[in-house]
Amino acid sequence: MSDTHAQSVAFVRESFIPEQAPPARETGAIRWVRHNLFPTIPNAILTLLALYVIYVLLSGLLPWLLGGVWNAGSLSECREITGAGAGGCFAVLTERWNQLIFGFAFPQTEYWRPLLAFVLLFVAGAPALLPDLPRRLLILTALYPFVAYWLLWGGTILTPVSAFLGVLAGYFAFKATDRWSFALSLGAAVVAAVAVWWVGGWVASQERDFLAIQRIQSRDMGGYMLNMILGTVCISLSLPFGILLALGRQSRLPLIKYVCVAFIEFVRGVPLITLLFVANVVLAYFLPPDTNFDLILRVIIMITMFASAYIAEVIRGGLAALPRGQYEAADSLGLDYAQAMRLIILPQALKISIPGIVNVAVGLFKDTTLVSIISMFDVVGMIRGPILASTDWNGVYWELYGFAALLFFVTCYGISQYSQWLERKLATEHR
Amino acid sequence: MKTTVFLGTASAAMLVAGLAGAQTLSDVQERGTLNCGVSTGLTGFSAPNASGEWEGFDVAVCRAVAAAVLDDPSAVEFVPTTGKTRFTSLASGEIDLLSRNTTWTFSRDNDLKFEFAGVNYYDGQGFLIPKELGVTSAKDLDGATVCVQTGTTTELNLADFFRKNNISYEPVPIETNGEAQQQYIAGACDAYTTDASGLAATRASFENPSEHVILPEIISKEPLGPLVRHGDSEWGDVVRWTLNALVAAEEYGVTSANVQDMASAPGDNPEVNRLLGTEGELGAMIGLDNDWAVKAISAGGNYGELFARHIGEDTPVGLARGLNAQWTNGGLLYAPPFR
Repeated sequence: MSDTHAQSVAFVRESFIPEQAPPARETGAIRWVRHNLFPTIPNAILTLLALYVIYVLLSGLLPWLLGGVWNAGSLSECREITGAGAGGCFAVLTERWNQLIFGFAFPQTEYWRPLLAFVLLFVAGAPALLPDLPRRLLILTALYPFVAYWLLWGGTILTPVSAFLGVLAGYFAFKATDRWSFALSLGAAVVAAVAVWWVGGWVASQERDFLAIQRIQSRDMGGYMLNMILGTVCISLSLPFGILLALGRQSRLPLIKYVCVAFIEFVRGVPLITLLFVANVVLAYFLPPDTNFDLILRVIIMITMFASAYIAEVIRGGLAALPRGQYEAADSLGLDYAQAMRLIILPQALKISIPGIVNVAVGLFKDTTLVSIISMFDVVGMIRGPILASTDWNGVYWELYGFAALLFFVTCYGISQYSQWLERKLATEHR
Repeated sequence: MKTTVFLGTASAAMLVAGLAGAQTLSDVQERGTLNCGVSTGLTGFSAPNASGEWEGFDVAVCRAVAAAVLDDPSAVEFVPTTGKTRFTSLASGEIDLLSRNTTWTFSRDNDLKFEFAGVNYYDGQGFLIPKELGVTSAKDLDGATVCVQTGTTTELNLADFFRKNNISYEPVPIETNGEAQQQYIAGACDAYTTDASGLAATRASFENPSEHVILPEIISKEPLGPLVRHGDSEWGDVVRWTLNALVAAEEYGVTSANVQDMASAPGDNPEVNRLLGTEGELGAMIGLDNDWAVKAISAGGNYGELFARHIGEDTPVGLARGLNAQWTNGGLLYAPPFR
């Protein structure tokens, strides 16, 4: 065999050369750098430029962060400590920490309550947000609004208990009459719930001190807590309302359809800040002088209206994306409208709408800072108002606004990561 | 049809608000707290401190009125208002009194239907410049770049001033006071103009305040004072004379330290006796106790004490009395006689 080419070729290798390591410039970090950072001359120039920009940014940022002062009583003290250094004055965050988180009027002894409510939010949110947990845990989610209300606003425990009993009574009334007709059982549920609420409200007004914790006025709430309250409540309320509006817009009944269309188009056509001004200022003209219609409640209603109009349009997109066959399949199975929506249409439409819904939710959460314009002290309101107006801290901008940005980034990035995880989890087709 | 119903409801609501507004004094006494509108935060004038207590020069007016009416300077429900919400809060009856560095102007008094109860601070628009510029008068600012907040009366006043003096300038429009501070420090403009009290507070927040000066020219009139709704003169009188009592107390040397002493028995000065209720029945004439002024003065002190504590020369704001001195010292403070 080896002699085959003896006449034509001078040398034929008869054994394999042992494998050799690739050249140094083609392995490991060097290869990565060559291929990713300096593959061509223009890219090399860009890389160098980028490195320079990063250096400039860091050389400004790091001394500011690392040389920062965390313990001082005022901006001038900060300046004495840093001297000519470039350190930031983060002492304002430590000194005004409670104000930034809870607002300035929230009683200090009660800080545990919003904190507990915050921790419970995860406990209660988990069953609704993580598909793997047993369905039975959803009872925690159902209980949470009442517990959170009691923790945040205080007062007698009878108020949230009777509110919960009312919802429970409505649920059982609905279940009991479910067989006859959807509209009838809905009416029965409303009647039962209102009856229980009315009795409960009367009992609660009689026994104001029964198992009561300190009552806290809405006006005393502030800081990041207020953003969290508004964000959580409005996002969770606007989702069901948005679904109803989206379904209503597709309804074959002209009345329902046009009411929904008018609502959605009107609310989407108006800036949120206008609605907030209406909540704060205009409503005050129409209500009798002594009614004290809670400001937070007014704002929650307005933001929820705003967000549900947007979510309705997002979900309408999801509904439109479903093939017609899905609707026909539901009809051919003999399902009625409610069953078809609940079992076949909505699960798919909502899944498609997740990115859009999360988009609205993140936007809405950031929009809660707009309440600072109508003189509520959310975290931005606290910074713009009391903290920058105090003679101690007048002139500290980057540290305070940077902190607010950090708070919002952490929350919004968390929401976004959750939604991406959920999308992967629910991806059942096209793979 | 719908419009008519809407307008009808609106006017009915206004009417109810108006009727209720005509008895603010008894409303406040019944409620036991005074709803006082203040700024959401203005250095030296109103801001909650680190422990959440409202304090400041405007806040002190609220406390004095609460003390006079309710005998308790802490019986105040502070309602923070922004420049955009302040007038509607007052007009709708949400607050009884607005004490929020509000300039007394013709249209606010007449068109917006409010009643100014007096002036607690005479402000005016000034200029802040770096000392190294070597300028001593605003008239030397020819060709300067000036930072000015857009959409305010300061912008118009600025244009008027430069046109009147036939010199040129280049405006650098900015949105908020915070932005203005940053721009000015960064050297984006040679001068910054806003109300003189605001300039003083801004300067106080600088790293080296002594390197900046406020020019002596004041180019506009900004009388700031507390205001109430039109149509309730009794309540307006209570606020007006509480403010006057604070001013008069300084004139006659009544301070928070000696007011109890002086009120315990009639003294030599009949004016002081009438003010403090040891002589005459002035309190009854405005529907309050005879020692209402004593309570108001004890709340935080007389006008001079309040000024010194919140915005005076020993505070970081560091304002001189200037126009806000007593008339006997060449200022504009002039309380009508108590008789």
